[in-house]
Amino acid sequence: MARLADGLKVVTANRLDSGGAVWFGADDGWQPTIAAAAVFEGAGAESALARAREAALRSGVIEPYLIEVALAESGPRPRSPREQIRSHGPSVRTDLGIQAGQQP
Amino acid sequence: MALLLKDGAVADNPWITIADGAADPLPDGPVIVGLAEWRRDRAALSARNTPLGVRLKSSERADEIAADLDRFTLVALEFPVFRDGRPFSTARELREHYGFRGEIRALGHVLADQYQFLVRTGFTSVEVADGAALVNWRHALSEITVAYQPGAIDESPLSSLRRRVATPGSQPA
Amino acid sequence: MTELHAGLYHYDEIDRRFLAERVEQFRRQVERRISGELSEAEFRPLRLMNGLYLQLHAYMLRVAVPYGVLSATQLRRLAAIGRKYDRGYGHFTTRQNLQFNWIRLVDVPAILDELAAVDMHAIQTSGNCIRNVTTDQFAGAAADELVDPRVYAEILRQWSTLHPEFSFLPRKFKIAITGSPHDRAAIAIHDVGIRARALAAGAVGFDIFVGGGLGRAPYLAKALREGLPEADLLAYLEAVLRIYNQYGRRDNIYKARIKILVHEVGITRLREQIDAEFERIRGPKYRLDPEIVAVIRGHFAPPPFETLPPEPPADAAAPAGDPGFARWVRTNVTPHRQPGYAVVTITLKPAGGIPGDASSEQMEAVADLAERFSFGELRVSHEQNLVLAHVRRDELPLLWQELGRHGLDSANAGLIGDIIACPGLDYCSLANARSIPLAQQISQRFADPERQHAIGELKIKMSGCINACGHHHVGHIGVLGVDKHGVETYQITVGGSATEDAAMGVVVGPAVGYDEVTDKIERLVAAYLDWRLEGERFIDTVARLGAKTFRERVYGPAA
Repeated sequence: MARLADGLKVVTANRLDSGGAVWFGADDGWQPTIAAAAVFEGAGAESALARAREAALRSGVIEPYLIEVALAESGPRPRSPREQIRSHGPSVRTDLGIQAGQQP
Repeated sequence: MALLLKDGAVADNPWITIADGAADPLPDGPVIVGLAEWRRDRAALSARNTPLGVRLKSSERADEIAADLDRFTLVALEFPVFRDGRPFSTARELREHYGFRGEIRALGHVLADQYQFLVRTGFTSVEVADGAALVNWRHALSEITVAYQPGAIDESPLSSLRRRVATPGSQPA
Repeated sequence: MTELHAGLYHYDEIDRRFLAERVEQFRRQVERRISGELSEAEFRPLRLMNGLYLQLHAYMLRVAVPYGVLSATQLRRLAAIGRKYDRGYGHFTTRQNLQFNWIRLVDVPAILDELAAVDMHAIQTSGNCIRNVTTDQFAGAAADELVDPRVYAEILRQWSTLHPEFSFLPRKFKIAITGSPHDRAAIAIHDVGIRARALAAGAVGFDIFVGGGLGRAPYLAKALREGLPEADLLAYLEAVLRIYNQYGRRDNIYKARIKILVHEVGITRLREQIDAEFERIRGPKYRLDPEIVAVIRGHFAPPPFETLPPEPPADAAAPAGDPGFARWVRTNVTPHRQPGYAVVTITLKPAGGIPGDASSEQMEAVADLAERFSFGELRVSHEQNLVLAHVRRDELPLLWQELGRHGLDSANAGLIGDIIACPGLDYCSLANARSIPLAQQISQRFADPERQHAIGELKIKMSGCINACGHHHVGHIGVLGVDKHGVETYQITVGGSATEDAAMGVVVGPAVGYDEVTDKIERLVAAYLDWRLEGERFIDTVARLGAKTFRERVYGPAA
């Protein structure tokens, strides 16, 4: 994976049972929307990832990783189009996915 | 390490595996040496009066030992990672092309879910990591009873392309 | 329990026992994963061998549709599964399979049970193993067919199922087979492509091609063996797979397909190795017995056609005064080998729609129509459309009206509106750009059926990344989405073809942004309409004039 620039990050992963996307929250738990994700910076991001990996093993979550975000009014917004779509749902079916209040 | 046979029974392992580049003199008893060691020390190894085994990496093929097969009681095939499926071909060639009748042992990283594939390609034993759930290994042998293609072992035909996979306790093929 | 006359392999108790055992095996694997006994790294290849991917929003389950043939009962079951476990729709793929996008791992054992109840499964639709053997969607029906490829596709499906030696290959392995000189199965872009034909004395034989594939390093398959007798089919393929298993690269997943082996070793040397292995293998054990072929062929016997008078030419069959019906017959109806019958293509490409998607309601409608009009049988094409292969010509008007009631009567098979598109960044974790909304935009721009018909045959294929699941390399117009510094950017090619005159498309000009693609395609079409000679399709004009000629029209004069 390319080295991420310094900047704001969140940790994300997938649930083992449903494959749904989740984000690492302020209480070291896993949240179903990115709005509730805890935002980290610099060395804090790396240690958050380490904690997330521990938490993942205990809580049925797979392979956490860091993504870059910017802060928007609605909360953290991913910089990459892939993670934007992943945090919302398919752009071509706005009736499906997180954007429609659904979890797999 | 547990040694499983092709019917799922746990067996004692009399073999001593000699690591590549090991400098000590060989112990008495049956030893398994790497291919490079065999090539280097053919005469001395052949002169021993205990059974001899050779170990092939997944990149080493059956034809590299084909001419010497009558010297070996055992051929061990290494899986560096379970996804590397080359040893399945090697085992098959040893059985079907070269008529090897000795033990073919799987070692390295193999999953219980591959056990039936191992047996069907001609392996007769598997080294299983310490702590492995042997119950999964034994269960794996009976999971699928129908095969759709010939293996390296004799299997009784069902109709059309199908064959009956021998499972522990079932009638011999 | 499947329709008696449907031309698919009818399972017996042995097949059903196998399927039940396989489902149970996966159920245990899921339990061992959930309990943590299997790590994700260990579980991943096992779930892939049951067609289960982890994608952007959920797990995706790829259900196998062997050589693209389904019974009405099976399609209804897919509709029901879509409703119960997914979001009420499915996506038909470029390998004739069906994908569900919103699957939960914990539901998969139950889903596999429900599939098994109608003799369906998701075995080997993913993973480094032999995948679905695909074929001509008009198999057993097309007037130009020499050999019914479904017979051999089924034989190869069985042979490749849980093959003990070839389940851990360097990479995936895709086989396609055609039984007609006009190749509707795209054999030239498969790891092994097979052309079935008649040898001297009328026996069935095969021309074998190897090393086709798209993706980062696209190659057309090369001739490997000509005129292989039927009895040697399995032995020869064992030889091919064994050489690949042993010599295919395992150090770099981008260089692990057999096409790279062909390229690095050379076809001559590779052929020598394969032929030598074949000579070693050849013998009673691997001989494909003609009795077995006959048994399998029996599953694909023609349905009980009525004896009907030979039909008038297609255009003359249009009921007077209905240009819509006439257009539909022109593009979506193909001549059948049986007098009085026709092959019907149901395109899943409504203007502005998501290519290849079908709702559960639409699936049920098609299942009903298959039952009413086509002996309970339908097919999936690699162009993401459905086919009713055996329709009485005198029932075409009624069928067309029924299709219209469900929005399934688009008269655009093979036209610019019949776009092939991968799911792209909207669904797929491998993608770099979206493909579906662009396909929707293009098909909306060209929605007018008269305009589509005036343009004629023009196959647009779109991929959201270099893995090329949308087969963009072999589109008459190909569109490849890439990520350029976080911006979706698209490269346009022309001149690709997936048929017997297979070719890779050539880049027309610099990649453009999302908002410019449809415009560029308009310009390509306008140029074609200006320059075409009588009877020339788009692909013919490109071949005659070259891609460079189109570049100036599309991008403006070079600076």
